[in-house]
Amino acid sequence: MSKKVFDASGGSGQGIQRAISLPWGKSVEISFRSLRVRLFRSMITVSSLVLAVSFLSFVLVNLDVAAGILKAGGKAAGKILLAAGYDVDLETGRVAMSAKERWIVILSLLVCTVGIVNAQLMSVTERFSEIGVMKCLGALDSMVLRLFLLEAAMQGLLGAGGGAALGCIFSLLAGLIRFGGKAFNALPWLDALGSVGLATLAGLTLSLLGVLYPAILAMRMRPINALRAEH
Amino acid sequence: MNDERHTIVRVINVKKDFPLGRQTVRVLKGVDLEIMAGEYISIMGPSGSGKSTLFNMIGGLDKPTDGKVFIDEVDISQLDAYELAWLRNRKIGYIFQTFNLIPVMTALENVTLPMTFAGMHGDDAQDKGIELLKLVGLGERFQHKPLELSGGQQQRVAIARSLANDPAIILADEPTGNLDLSTGAEIIELLKMLSAERGVTVISATHDYKMLNVSDRVVWIRDGMIDRIENRDELDISVGGITEVEGAPA
Repeated sequence: MSKKVFDASGGSGQGIQRAISLPWGKSVEISFRSLRVRLFRSMITVSSLVLAVSFLSFVLVNLDVAAGILKAGGKAAGKILLAAGYDVDLETGRVAMSAKERWIVILSLLVCTVGIVNAQLMSVTERFSEIGVMKCLGALDSMVLRLFLLEAAMQGLLGAGGGAALGCIFSLLAGLIRFGGKAFNALPWLDALGSVGLATLAGLTLSLLGVLYPAILAMRMRPINALRAEH
Repeated sequence: MNDERHTIVRVINVKKDFPLGRQTVRVLKGVDLEIMAGEYISIMGPSGSGKSTLFNMIGGLDKPTDGKVFIDEVDISQLDAYELAWLRNRKIGYIFQTFNLIPVMTALENVTLPMTFAGMHGDDAQDKGIELLKLVGLGERFQHKPLELSGGQQQRVAIARSLANDPAIILADEPTGNLDLSTGAEIIELLKMLSAERGVTVISATHDYKMLNVSDRVVWIRDGMIDRIENRDELDISVGGITEVEGAPA
């Protein structure tokens, strides 16, 4: 019933729809600009992601390199790999991450996520009044959430993509130094590409996971705090 | 616009409690107020009087503990989040003491943002934004970021932004509080002009006595209640001895 009442006198302007909306293009633009303005801070968030993801990607591609060598070289190559410290199962011909390695990877990803949560919380707190003003201007909760998720997605893509590529390059270099040309010749490129993709996806997920709590905090903030913050 | 004066804001016996530690403090103790469309109202009172609280209720930013607030005859406590957002977007324009422009955006983008929320097309919004900035006297500076503008200019942008969707009400919270005397006077002049020419209802919470001269009515708040409401003609008598008015800032 209340909608009717407002409709009667509102919407006098041309081209104005009934709905409150924020087009996707505009959302992306606003998020991108928010990132650019706080470039230094967002780069720190991104760099923590780059480090963690490049480590993950390094480990994964390393395994691919080793698997390639094992496939090409048979038992002899298996011994070399064992000597180099890989966890090789000679029976099945598979190379696995050692338990220690797995733990370090998990830990680094965890630490990275905590870092992201921290950085995003700061970014939300810093922008409390900005969020409040947006809400005073008619922004819906979902729009605020969307802006923060978009920012995190952009940071995630950049950080995780860069990190995965970096890790892959280092892993290939390391393989080249350790095992020579064999590392390249025997490398299952598709698997390596898959590893890079997996690492990127993991990084992106972490970035979105890290921003979830801060973004929900921002979404739930009542616009009155925009006024109160300064008083 | 004067032939069909209707009530735009109706406040009925509004009470508001705030928790303060284990106690609750009653900040508003039953306020009744009726504001007609097109009026220029100043809400005056010392800090802690409940002035800001009443102001926030009228703006739909806070809900009363008891009593009702009607905007355009709609009880705003009945509105859901979406309708409230709609109300803030179309019905009410906000002006803050600290300007609160979005620092990332240019003046023009700040003005067009509410139009974007309202679903207006980009080009239309640009045109209207420029028109509004011209109206407030910032025709050439629309590509500047807020931090490149002076306080008075920022407040002008904020006023242009508040007008974005042709609201019925402009809520100004201490609009001159962060400005020097002459800039503040200019802003008050601008608000008065908008109220007169566009028929917008201007409601401002303030302790700036310059506001009194332009207000149609002044609502004095003390201790969470309306102390008195003065019309302008009554006010003119006391303008000379303004410092004798009760509740003058220390």
